[in-house]
Amino acid sequence: MALAVLAALAALILPTAASAASALRTELNEIESEVMCPVCGTLLELAESPQATREKAFVEKLVKQGQSKEEIKEALVAQYGDAVLAEPKGSGFSLSAYVVPIVAFALAVVLLALAVWKWRKAAGSREDRRPEVEGPSDEDRERLDADLARYDL
Amino acid sequence: MRLRSVIAVFLAVAVVAFLVFGLLSKGNSRLALGATAPSPELPKLDEPGKGSLREYRGKWVLVNFWASWCVPCRDEAPTLTKFQGEHAGRNFTVVGIDTQDISDDGAKFAKEYGIDYPLLHDGNGEVGHEFGTTGVPENYLLEPSGKLAWAEYGPVDAKILEEHVAPLLPPKGKEA
Repeated sequence: MALAVLAALAALILPTAASAASALRTELNEIESEVMCPVCGTLLELAESPQATREKAFVEKLVKQGQSKEEIKEALVAQYGDAVLAEPKGSGFSLSAYVVPIVAFALAVVLLALAVWKWRKAAGSREDRRPEVEGPSDEDRERLDADLARYDL
Repeated sequence: MRLRSVIAVFLAVAVVAFLVFGLLSKGNSRLALGATAPSPELPKLDEPGKGSLREYRGKWVLVNFWASWCVPCRDEAPTLTKFQGEHAGRNFTVVGIDTQDISDDGAKFAKEYGIDYPLLHDGNGEVGHEFGTTGVPENYLLEPSGKLAWAEYGPVDAKILEEHVAPLLPPKGKEA
């Protein structure tokens, strides 16, 4: 009887513990893929250095404390500075990481459009400058007709 | 033609600016002997508040960059603590800078090894970068004026400290 109760309890507890461990691992993996190992210069999830090991332990401790992803990222920034974030913040100087590519793309589009416009304009003016082609003279036309008649095509 | 020239000049300037920016931002040249050491404010590791190397101007300072995750730092810490104890009366102090480290880990390390000299926390490694460090541990001896007198780009032991640092320090009780 006692064994049956224990088995029933184990059946209830073990899947819950397994799913909690799985959720913890998922959250850890998620955070480790969004922050850097500052010493290695790679994503934390790819780093195996002693510093990365300590950083992973720090993240794991905060996850176990129930802190949210954003709170953990803030704690990491407090320790290592903004460089620990794999994606720069959307404010201050870090904003340039997002703005510069957009501005560069817009500038490239404008320059390309200007270049195409200039090229088409140059092509148009070349058309205008092209001398008018005159048809064959009456004498040439008569000679052509005579030749065609001779060959009986 | 004029537009084409403007675009060419613009692109050339952009490329040069990009290269210069890359060199300046990635350049990690070591602090030269005789150069004044950077001394921005940093959080203190073992107590609240901030500190700076500037506070130690007028003293000889051995700046030790370390981290709790650094294996050679474990051998070095007791050596530095002993050296500090033996030479503190010679207008000298060791200042440890815990770099790219979790501050709690650093504080725990300091307690474990009985470090009793001042400790600062350089979490993002910015000050280490300004010194031109390439790893930990590294050691820089600053004159009382804050200029670099000697450096060891690696761990120090008692022999190195006695041969290179001790002879530069003034006798006990004398300033400068």
